Amino acid sequence: MDYRPEVINKLSEIYSGSHGTFLKNSPEIFNRHRETAYKEFLRLGIPDRKNEAYKYTNLEKSFGYPYQVYYSPVPQDFREAEKFHCEVEDLDVWNMVLLNGFFPRGEEGLVMLPGGIWVGSMKAAAKQFPGLVEKHYNKYVQGENDGLVPLNTAMASDGLFLYAPKNTAYTKPIQIVNLLHSDQDIFAQDRNLVVVEDRAQLSLLVCDHAISPQHFLTNTVTEVYVGQNSRFEIIRVQNQHNNSGKITHTFIHQERDSYASSNNITLHGGLVRNATWHMLNGENSETHSYGLYLADKQQHIANFVKVDHAAPNCNSTQLFKGVLDENSSGAFNGRIMVHKIAQGTNAYQSNNNILLSDAARMDTKPQLEIYADDVKCSHGATVGQLDNNALFYLRSRGIDAREAKLMLMFGFAHDVIKNIPIEALRERIDNLVQKRLRGELSRCASCAIQCN
Amino acid sequence: MENDQDKVLDELTSGEYKYGFVTDIETDVIPKGLSEDVVRLISAKKEEPEWMLEFRLKAFRHWQTMKMPAWAHLKIPEINYQDIIFYAAPMQKPAPGSLSDVDPELLKTFDKLGIPLGEQKRLTGVAVDAVMDSISVKTTFRESLAELGIIFCSFSEAVREHPSLVQKYLASVVPYTDNFFATLNSAVFSDGSFCYIPKGVRCPMELSTYFRINASNTGQFERTLLIADEESYVSYLEGCTAPMRDENQLHAAVVEIITERGAEVKYSTVQNWYPGDKEGKGGIFNFVTKRGICKGDDSKISWTQVETGSAITWKYPSCILRGNNSVGEFYSVAVTNNYQQADTGTKMIHIGRNTKSTIVSKGISAGFGQNSYRGLVKVLGKAEGARNYSQCDSLLLGDKCGAHTFPYIEVDNPSAIVEHEATTSRIGEDQIFYCNQRGISTEDAIGLIVNGYAREVINKLPMEFAVEAQKLLQISLEGSVG
Repeated sequence: MDYRPEVINKLSEIYSGSHGTFLKNSPEIFNRHRETAYKEFLRLGIPDRKNEAYKYTNLEKSFGYPYQVYYSPVPQDFREAEKFHCEVEDLDVWNMVLLNGFFPRGEEGLVMLPGGIWVGSMKAAAKQFPGLVEKHYNKYVQGENDGLVPLNTAMASDGLFLYAPKNTAYTKPIQIVNLLHSDQDIFAQDRNLVVVEDRAQLSLLVCDHAISPQHFLTNTVTEVYVGQNSRFEIIRVQNQHNNSGKITHTFIHQERDSYASSNNITLHGGLVRNATWHMLNGENSETHSYGLYLADKQQHIANFVKVDHAAPNCNSTQLFKGVLDENSSGAFNGRIMVHKIAQGTNAYQSNNNILLSDAARMDTKPQLEIYADDVKCSHGATVGQLDNNALFYLRSRGIDAREAKLMLMFGFAHDVIKNIPIEALRERIDNLVQKRLRGELSRCASCAIQCN
Repeated sequence: MENDQDKVLDELTSGEYKYGFVTDIETDVIPKGLSEDVVRLISAKKEEPEWMLEFRLKAFRHWQTMKMPAWAHLKIPEINYQDIIFYAAPMQKPAPGSLSDVDPELLKTFDKLGIPLGEQKRLTGVAVDAVMDSISVKTTFRESLAELGIIFCSFSEAVREHPSLVQKYLASVVPYTDNFFATLNSAVFSDGSFCYIPKGVRCPMELSTYFRINASNTGQFERTLLIADEESYVSYLEGCTAPMRDENQLHAAVVEIITERGAEVKYSTVQNWYPGDKEGKGGIFNFVTKRGICKGDDSKISWTQVETGSAITWKYPSCILRGNNSVGEFYSVAVTNNYQQADTGTKMIHIGRNTKSTIVSKGISAGFGQNSYRGLVKVLGKAEGARNYSQCDSLLLGDKCGAHTFPYIEVDNPSAIVEHEATTSRIGEDQIFYCNQRGISTEDAIGLIVNGYAREVINKLPMEFAVEAQKLLQISLEGSVG
């Protein structure tokens, strides 16, 4: 039976029921887009497997819990959040913790970092930079037939705001820790905006953690504007327990001569779906999308990438790799779109997967859609096991079978990890992945929740 | 240099369609439109048994509940099914026994197309079933094939003479509910070829079907059924042409192949339906369902296609690899020029253990053509040791065309190895320069490169066809390049 009408009904009740709270708790600009987005959501609904982008991803399980859909934080909630410490050693970053999609310091939460970069809540930003927020908010979202994007616009009430004005740079990465903590099942929707103006530079690290065993579902929309000659990096480290669902939509809009990269490292999570849209709108820009996923148990990890070459002479790469064990399943859905005007395009797309168990499953759909002729586009996808020749090579040099397998798998994963621009993090992830591949569960072993 | 190349490309891509003539022959047509009565009328015209009519009616009733699929990367104008004539047959005496009974006008037509219906000694390599509009005109070499136990005849004859075989295998690979066009075909198909190769027989000659659309306002709906019994082998060819007309004509065919243990079928198509004129007016809509099943262990099905014609091509020759160690192959060259559109590819369904499949697809787009590769490689949980390799390349000639690749890979077995790679590019200036440097003109260089690019597929065609296919590439893309 279709579960969706019931969920949509519930969402509608909450939408109309908490409308007052929404309006009160959110910036005015959020409220202005709410109604249209809500109608759009009703039109599109929750995507099912008939939707090409969700062909291999079933959201039913994630939407099936009695979520307290509208969550409004109270001060004591944040006490728990403040206890949180990032366990990556030597990570030199500027750090901030978000709880269930909310900014702990509330209205005051907008700070200027050395170098002139602003970071804080959307609520505060809408007050301090109304013109800027107005100019960029809800301008880069796409999503074609994905109803979850308008659902976020309709129901989100806060999120992260990051602003690098012209000619500014902050040498350290900015780390945002998204904590999920509640004694109820929560459906959180946060809405983030990153504006990197001309000749500015910004590096963002987003870590997701769930610290209580409840069921969580997060539906995040992040819009990024990357101005001329500027540089932006985003790294996501997703490490939530198996009761949680994480759906992200990231829209990166690039102007000419800009550089952007996105790294999605998915180590854990019941259901994870990362959609990353790279829109190359100015000539000579460059964009990279990387992803690594290690899944076991019943996890499902999906990556959706669209690189939209809408200007000439741009370069793009996509590299996604996965190792799937036990009953897990993975999906990759990548598309390179080259518009007629985008002559001189150089685009590359690759998705490689290793299946470790009989029940693991991988579906991949790398696609090219090309309307210009002076292009070099290629893509490749593989699903298989470790190369027997390589294994033999190692074993003939006295390395035992298990160690040889680990070495190969680690090398396989490192291809993606080596693109992480923050050294301390790169080492940490290397370490985590190695532990994980060895079977010393990197998350569950140290986790107090022990969900399953 | 750049301009020079563009000019040459322009010239190359403006070749004329050679088979666009109309044969003036008396034709038996039924009224336009589609209804249950029309389905009954077609069945009655063909004097079919009750079970055949039942099959058609079942399909027709199901078709009425279906909608035209919209997922392909094609812009298909609305098709008015009430405006199509579903049956048109050249008038002739019933079942021509010898060549002298065949209308000379028909013979002339096929001669002009280069398909001799006379069983000349020097062309003994190929047995032909010639289909004009809705019916089979003549099947050559039937007798000599029959000596070996091979049945090669028109579909209608098979229904009359070998009902048990037809009943057993018809719709066993493509069920009547399969898809919109296959269901339509199941309801109204008029003729086609039937072929049965008995156990252990290696068919000594190439079997072939030549399809010709002649009458206007008609659609052609033929059905081919090919059964290769244990340890047998056959190479099958298919060719097609149509007159130049301003209207779009619909061609919705179904091909089913069954291979038993150790059998091998090689199916080659050179598709050269009328592609429409330079403004994209007219041309054939080629919506075809082709599927084979490797039923027995160690069997093999190999599809080779050269797609140069048709205004719109919607075609996915597929293999269901059910037998252990069975092999599926798909080699394709698809050319779209002017306003042609193609969405073509394959499906390889791995069910048995140690099944292997190879996909090589070469797309060439020129003018305003849109060329898509769409393929599925599916490895089921039990398909231990399955292996697939796919390579899909696209070549763009000109800046107004498009080339797209939509592969789907679904793997449910850890011992499977599935690889897919694809590239899209145009002919490099460095390649042309290299040739120029060695005294090869730009025109010849492009010809060389295109031919070399398609060679991997053309090499898979039987010799007679390879020659034709190479010529076709020339006509479709090249003016005078060899």
